[in-house]
Amino acid sequence: MTAPHTPVSVSPEDARIADKPRLRRFQQASWDEELIFELGSPGERGVLVPAPDPSIGKAEIPPALRRAEPPALPEMSQQQVLRHYLRLSQENLGADLNIDVGQGTCTMKYSPKVNDQFVRDPRIAALHPLQDEDTVQGVLGIIHSLEQLLKEISGMDRVSLQPGAGSAAIYTNVAMIRAYFAARGELEQRDEVITTIFSHPSNAACAKTAGFKVITLHPDADGYPDIEALKAAVGPRTAALLVTNPEDTGIYNPRIEEFVRIVHEAGGLCSYDQANANGILGITRARDAGFDLCHFNLHKTFSTPHACGGPAAGACAVSEDLAPYLPRPTVEFDGSAYRLDDDRPESVGKMRPFYGVVPNLVRAYAWIMSLGAQGLRAAAETAVLNNNYLLHKVRQIPGVSIPYAAGRPRVEQVRYSWEKLHEDTGLHSEDIGLRAADFGTHYWTSHHPYVVPEPMTLEPTESYTRADLDEYAAILAEIAREAYEDPETVRTAPHRSTIHRVRPEALDSPATWAVSWRAYRRKVLGEAGR
Amino acid sequence: MTSPQDSVPPYVHPYIPNAVPAVRQAMLEEIGAASVEDFYADIPGGIRLRRPLDLPAPLRSEAELTRHMEELLSRNTSTRQTLSFLGSGCYQHHVPAVVDEVVNRSEFLTAYAGEPYEDHGRFQALWEYQSMMAELLDVEIVNVPVYDGFQASGTALRMAGRITGRRRVLVATAIDADKLSRICDYVRPDHDVTVVPVDPDTGCADLDAVREALAAGDTAAVYADTPSALGIVDEALPRLAELAHQAGALFVVGCNPLTLGVLAPPSAYGADIACGDIQPLGLHQSFGGGNAGFIATRDEETLVAEYPSRLFGLVPTTVEGEYGFGDVAYERTSFALREEGKEWVGTAAALHGIGAGVYLALMGPQGMREIGDTILALTAYARRRLAEVPGIEVPYGDALHFADFTVRYTGGRSATEIRADLKERGIFGGVPTGGHEATYCVTEVHTKADIDRLAATLEEIVK
Repeated sequence: MTAPHTPVSVSPEDARIADKPRLRRFQQASWDEELIFELGSPGERGVLVPAPDPSIGKAEIPPALRRAEPPALPEMSQQQVLRHYLRLSQENLGADLNIDVGQGTCTMKYSPKVNDQFVRDPRIAALHPLQDEDTVQGVLGIIHSLEQLLKEISGMDRVSLQPGAGSAAIYTNVAMIRAYFAARGELEQRDEVITTIFSHPSNAACAKTAGFKVITLHPDADGYPDIEALKAAVGPRTAALLVTNPEDTGIYNPRIEEFVRIVHEAGGLCSYDQANANGILGITRARDAGFDLCHFNLHKTFSTPHACGGPAAGACAVSEDLAPYLPRPTVEFDGSAYRLDDDRPESVGKMRPFYGVVPNLVRAYAWIMSLGAQGLRAAAETAVLNNNYLLHKVRQIPGVSIPYAAGRPRVEQVRYSWEKLHEDTGLHSEDIGLRAADFGTHYWTSHHPYVVPEPMTLEPTESYTRADLDEYAAILAEIAREAYEDPETVRTAPHRSTIHRVRPEALDSPATWAVSWRAYRRKVLGEAGR
Repeated sequence: MTSPQDSVPPYVHPYIPNAVPAVRQAMLEEIGAASVEDFYADIPGGIRLRRPLDLPAPLRSEAELTRHMEELLSRNTSTRQTLSFLGSGCYQHHVPAVVDEVVNRSEFLTAYAGEPYEDHGRFQALWEYQSMMAELLDVEIVNVPVYDGFQASGTALRMAGRITGRRRVLVATAIDADKLSRICDYVRPDHDVTVVPVDPDTGCADLDAVREALAAGDTAAVYADTPSALGIVDEALPRLAELAHQAGALFVVGCNPLTLGVLAPPSAYGADIACGDIQPLGLHQSFGGGNAGFIATRDEETLVAEYPSRLFGLVPTTVEGEYGFGDVAYERTSFALREEGKEWVGTAAALHGIGAGVYLALMGPQGMREIGDTILALTAYARRRLAEVPGIEVPYGDALHFADFTVRYTGGRSATEIRADLKERGIFGGVPTGGHEATYCVTEVHTKADIDRLAATLEEIVK
């Protein structure tokens, strides 16, 4: 028995909880969790499998096709599997938990929970893609309606929602460009694609994969895409221009119509990577600038969750001239029923199994329907306001600069440079990013190559409050202060994350890289194979 | 020029906090901007949209939106509400509750591309997925998932092409028409695809025809699917490997990973690259939205160098006993080198990899063996049982089938008519593959009684 409690008199002053410090005292979960292969014991079961009626017998497997040894998978009970993965989930900083403005170019906006409910419903999750059309009129209607919404948002004539993500949509557009020129007998002649260095790397990579040579334009002295370089590059071999606008610097190319006109005059097509569309919804459209094709990333602009890197969803929108080449099947509506049209002889064919990443199509549809025209415009304007507000805060931090297009506004994101801070302290942008993890935030440098030295790309989207943006800017300011006054703290970060600095050297050597547990055991631990 | 008045007045929506007019105004004042129009100064007036987008009136409250979506969903009939025998690339399996619990965790669902510190969890979960798939496939290298199995096959074939420097791709087993379409499109710049027809009686690879096609000596890869599009697990797979290797080609095998608790992994009979779709491993059908692809090889530098995808590796940290992760051989990728990287890498299907990992951990070796045995047994029973129905023939004799199988209608009615009649009787099944031919599929969710009901129903309608 414990002693009886004796009340002690406390003054209100003693009961007062002190104000919180200016910055969050974050500590990420760090469970020191085992690898899954270190858990469980032989015979444990996570789930059971129904056994068929014994009267049906067993199937005879020819010996050559029978598995010799059972796979060395973990043997774990159900709660232990759940606990392992829940611990890992706690060691992962989802966008729902942080002020996720540091993952520029990725449009980390709020993904509404109610939309997740729709896709978990069996009337989406348990639909088979080869059901009779009259048993899936609801989902076909959603796909068709989303296409109509994106037609209006882009100004284009037809939409396909089949691509599995943004890069898949870029590839699909390139495949359509290839089919278009092949049909005109110009494919052998037109074997070049032009892009810009501040367009997503997949524009260059997808064009190359589809068989085109790639010409990359760099910015001019003012920091805008170089129109003289375009004029020099364009010609009878030009198949297409593939560009992002605003570019990944947040700079909108004000001569975009002229770019499109120059390429059109040379007989090329223009394809618009709208990964950065979030600041221009309802402001300007692909069609208005003369593009022949464009694509959206539904997991960026249209709010579907990023899912640790997919599943995502891409939408291709094209002019009437390119419509025959769209992936098949298309979804058609005759005024009373929806149907799939697979009889499209000029189509580039299938870009993935079936019709697209349907759960994300449902989410994107619901998101647009929740906002409407006024809401989309408010989202765009607020994303741009938030970006320029954060720009205003960040430019006051010592060591930061904003390369290119000096004094001009940015649209929905900014590519900053820590070049000055690096020169002053020797620290890199990556170091700042790792220290940012100690404050419970993400931070991303930029795509390679680092054309902007020591880059940092911030994209605040419409989802964050003024206080959120102030907090993020204060974190960066604190890290910059540390960099100048206590660089070791930054150099050795993170200190309050799940783990400490990795020693990455083994990752680039065939003798030590370990892509699996069994590779690690063989190469690093020196265990003999089974 | 656009005047500030052209801008739509701010309004308040739960997803847009700074649309609150007073906040917006205060932020503009702090920046020193007159209006948000200042930030659009580089967008020429000539391409500005001068009218509101013409979209349906919004459903701003969750209540209104939910009601609207419910109306749409009510126009779908799910495979839970019926008896479904649909497969052909998308499979109805039981999805364990723990898989859904994990993949629906906000921390995983809403994360993206963080570093292996604040996103340690996804790196470890995906590395464990790679590792469990490696055990299943009996290899050491498996990638972070690509979009789907079609993409995985296309990339696996281009990898083989880059390694051999040769032009031709031979498809030796029955292949899904849509998959073939995707592969042909994808390899087009570097490869010609030749489909070697299977033996019409056995449904299996025609080894003589394959040997003949290989004689030209320009073959980069022999490709086989197991099960094939006919559902057949071809006994000739080891022979195809030998023929490919004798001709200096790689053997690339697309396989259903759910079979591998009981069936030999492709590496066991000579496959150089295995690939396929992980949708059967605990991913919902989602009207065809649940697919994700894997590629798997031996741990050889020449093979690893050709992967476009991310490969996560296990490494030490500065603290003893801590597991760290990072990208293996990152310089291969388009993230590092743009068009000089291998094909491209981007957002694909990572969360499906985490889900499939949870599935494999729950199933373990026993679960994988049992589900393989169960599906093989039910498929064999369904083929026997339907063959007893007057007006139905089940072709391809004794060939081992997994999940999918073909039936032929000999009673005169078309596959389309029979599918429609089945649907009227509450059964989804019989995807037409020809005028009088159709594919059915059984999995562990089916019982003997379900198959008997299908047979009895077909008996009523097949003639």
